[in-house]
Amino acid sequence: MADSVEKAQLPEEETQSLSYELVKGLWQDIAPFRLVLGLCPALAVTNSLLNGLSMGLATLFVLVASCTAVSIVRKLIAPQVRIAAYVVIIATIVTVTDLFLQAMTPGISKALGPYVPLIITNCIILGRLEAFSQKNPVLPSIMDSLGTGIGFTFGLVAMGFVREILGFGSIFGFTILGDWFTPWIVMILPAGAFLLMGGLIALVNYISHKQSSQGEEA
Amino acid sequence: MELIVVFISASIIHNFVLTYFLGLCPFVGVSNKTENALNMGMATTFVMTLTAAATWPVYHYILLRFNIPFLEYVSFIIIIAALVQLVEMYVRKSSPTLYRALGIYLPLITTNCAVLGLALFMVLRDYTYIKSIIFGFGTGVGFTIALLMMSGIREELEFADIPKHFQGIAITMIVAGMMALAFMGFAGLLH
Repeated sequence: MADSVEKAQLPEEETQSLSYELVKGLWQDIAPFRLVLGLCPALAVTNSLLNGLSMGLATLFVLVASCTAVSIVRKLIAPQVRIAAYVVIIATIVTVTDLFLQAMTPGISKALGPYVPLIITNCIILGRLEAFSQKNPVLPSIMDSLGTGIGFTFGLVAMGFVREILGFGSIFGFTILGDWFTPWIVMILPAGAFLLMGGLIALVNYISHKQSSQGEEA
Repeated sequence: MELIVVFISASIIHNFVLTYFLGLCPFVGVSNKTENALNMGMATTFVMTLTAAATWPVYHYILLRFNIPFLEYVSFIIIIAALVQLVEMYVRKSSPTLYRALGIYLPLITTNCAVLGLALFMVLRDYTYIKSIIFGFGTGVGFTIALLMMSGIREELEFADIPKHFQGIAITMIVAGMMALAFMGFAGLLH
């Protein structure tokens, strides 16, 4: 799906400035809600704000590093084997990230569990490599991946914030809602993640619909 | 007995799609028609069973033996990509009808996180070889069940009167949430 969107936009995208590459991932193509890519981590590790944030940052790092790497070697890779080559590059960077997390922040690494290696199969990364980095120079690729990654992190933080405050009554583990608050247990269960995701996608649809109808009037 | 428990646990109680959120992209992408859902489910089940059968010996006899477990992710993803490629080539030669039915879905399986997730969970839980294969097969069956149920519901949803902003992906997510709630009822089966 993302691929066809990208192809349609390509002619004008080539003439766009660097700042546009950065900004478009933040709202226009915000990853988990608009493109509906990378849903697995967006739903699985957002039961607390801290987990959502660290997953977002890990994905951001892998995304930027792999987009930079692919953009540098893009002319050396034969088109027939490009997907396999990308996957190996991503898997290598993810291994580095995973070992780093295990060494520096064992608690977070344990909480994220197998979802760190699963960044390899996050469709956002392969999607950006295929749609952007393989045909653009290094600098635009970095901006593009940075924007997409920050947008993705923002999505995870939004999910984690709502789920933690409704599910535990806390933020970053500090209780902020008092004894009067009855936690919504369902928000920390898988079902709550799906329900919230549905609600947030509808909200993004609503806001962008409102924006576009305002734009037509003006 | 233990094998039956592993199978039921993987396919129903800890359904990959509804409790671990793995394989959501195809779950959302190809669940609009029952026929497509069934084909995709079968292809994925097949690849999952093979993946479990192939990654276990590689992990235990190569990676552990030569003390290089940090190559786990790279080697697993290469095995999966190679398997998908092999299956595609085999199906194209042996059964053109099946190839036409599965055609576009086969390459997609490489980036299905449920397949890689299966290999990772298998290592984490320290399953024996037979158990791993049953686990792979059960996971595939669970994936197919979730995909089929979702496609059935979505075919009905087309005739429902849904608020404008909830149409499409949003309502699919909410339906999946309700399915996840329903599947929680199975949690009491194993104790």
